[in-house]
Amino acid sequence: MNVTHAIDKNEARRRRWEARRRYLKDSYILWRRNRLMVVGTCIIVFLLLVAAFAPLLATHDSYEQILPDRLLAPSTKHYFGTDGLGRDIYSRVVYGSRVTLTIACLVAAISTPLGLVIGVFAGYVGGAIDEILMRLSDVFLAFPKLILAIAFAAALGPGVENAIVAISVANWPSYARLARAETLGVRNNDYIQVIRSMGASNLRIMVGHITPMCLSSIIVRLSLDMGTIILTAAGLGFLGLGAQPPTPEWGLMVSDGRQFLVDQWWVSTLPGIAILIVVMGFNLMGDGIRDILDPHQRQS
Amino acid sequence: MLQYILRRLFTLIITLVGIMVVTFFISLVVPLDPLASIAGPQAPQETVERLRTLYGFDQPIYVQFGRYMQRLLHADLGTSFQTGRPVLDDIIQYFPATIELATMALIVSIIIGIPLGILSAVYRNSAVDHFSRVLSLIGVSMPVFWLGLVLLLIFYFKLGWFPEPGRLDIMLIEPERITGMLLVDSVIALDFEVFWDALKHIVLPAAVLGLYGLAGIARIVRSSMLDVLSQEYIKTARIKGLNEFLVLTRHALRNALVPAVTVIGLTYGGLLEGSVLTETIFSWPGLGRYLATAFLTLDLNAVVGGTMLVALMFSLVNLVVDLIYAFLNPQITLTAS
Repeated sequence: MNVTHAIDKNEARRRRWEARRRYLKDSYILWRRNRLMVVGTCIIVFLLLVAAFAPLLATHDSYEQILPDRLLAPSTKHYFGTDGLGRDIYSRVVYGSRVTLTIACLVAAISTPLGLVIGVFAGYVGGAIDEILMRLSDVFLAFPKLILAIAFAAALGPGVENAIVAISVANWPSYARLARAETLGVRNNDYIQVIRSMGASNLRIMVGHITPMCLSSIIVRLSLDMGTIILTAAGLGFLGLGAQPPTPEWGLMVSDGRQFLVDQWWVSTLPGIAILIVVMGFNLMGDGIRDILDPHQRQS
Repeated sequence: MLQYILRRLFTLIITLVGIMVVTFFISLVVPLDPLASIAGPQAPQETVERLRTLYGFDQPIYVQFGRYMQRLLHADLGTSFQTGRPVLDDIIQYFPATIELATMALIVSIIIGIPLGILSAVYRNSAVDHFSRVLSLIGVSMPVFWLGLVLLLIFYFKLGWFPEPGRLDIMLIEPERITGMLLVDSVIALDFEVFWDALKHIVLPAAVLGLYGLAGIARIVRSSMLDVLSQEYIKTARIKGLNEFLVLTRHALRNALVPAVTVIGLTYGGLLEGSVLTETIFSWPGLGRYLATAFLTLDLNAVVGGTMLVALMFSLVNLVVDLIYAFLNPQITLTAS
């Protein structure tokens, strides 16, 4: 019997393109409808812009210490005032956005692929390996995240790089659990069987056909976690276990200003407001992304 | 049910062993020589070597690990380099203060969180609902250390409504130590002056920690309340003419609170970790501040012991929550076995 394809290649490509466009359009409509998410996205875009154009926005050198100008109140010359070493706080907050973004992005770039690989592998292979990997993630989940991150940061020694490693160590297990659960859900689906009967290798099935199915829930989880990651990094900086002076890291700046809290409130409080706003932005966006990627929402 | 409990206890034991391994690993990756910090920078090489033998750091890793496990099984957490006392004694001294603070914070977040969640579900999309949503958002987005500083600035330094950071006024004498929790001990000793002062001291840190917990609780109560309120049996209760208050409290709330139990339990674990930052700011002599100092000074035994205890508490709380949940919702046990 002569097998004819129901539709030819070009037609298939066109339809796929069409579906993809419709998906994006629906996403856009859902995004517009969710006013809080629009606010969140604006905050994040603003943060990205500030980080990108920091040299243009900053009015002073963020490291330069001008001791005669120490602890000046906010004014038109120093928008947020100056700190105990006469550095311009506004410029430091502007440059601090780079530090915060770097930490958040690198933690995401380390912990999600790690969790994804471990989770998909454990779920796909199953058996003893699965059991061992999941017990391992249980152990990590038994620690409160902040405590584990602090412990690793303290053990590795302070510094931004070590803070990134420490937070990633504390974060990967939740992604691994999620990826494993998703993998178990699709592992025995018909389409996987078909691909396998066509001779695809296990590696190919895991990378090409299972991992993509886990991505959307991992993305949702990551976007909900971003705020916590930033708060953890700031907390490490505040405790003196994260970024070290003179890095313009927000948590560290709040801690530096503690001694001037009573008479020079701006030194400590203004960088804290920056943390609050950015974390709020990520939380709003995370909630929104969850709603957009949720199929139930799409139907309505 | 019994089978479920046994199974959970068994996994808890495995987790505990894992926790010990991880904490041992933490003490291994330390790049700095802890001995150098004990002996001091000027110490001659030979003193350092003697200390190394004394603490067993010259042995191969597996021997160190064996000794470490052996010590743990005898509940010996070693001596803190900082205080010079056994870590276990330190923990026993500092832990009640943390429990006291975390419990007060949890009470604050339950008392405010549950009614707020109910109200925002019943009056959906009203002003209450929006207020609760904003408060929850701020609660999860606020850096606790920053909120602590701001509250201190306003209510202690500027307005003077609340006393200085710490647990008790220095002029007052602590009551006899029974539980280690000042609020409880002072009541037992019938010393209401101390009770009142301790209460004033705990308000700000408990409020800071409580706001964090409140957010999660209000959210989960709201969403499970909304779920329950759309059920058929609620309609039935209303149709048969039951007054709305009874429908809400007797029929809806009881079922809506089941998922809330999980979140409240998890919140308690979260409060334990939030205490590291909060206690540092409020000079609260609890485990969190002890740990923070230990981390900064690389007091290894204290770090390992404290981290392990927190992880143990965290796992126990999770276990208790799961058991309560299984008790409240028998379906869980059925699916698990």
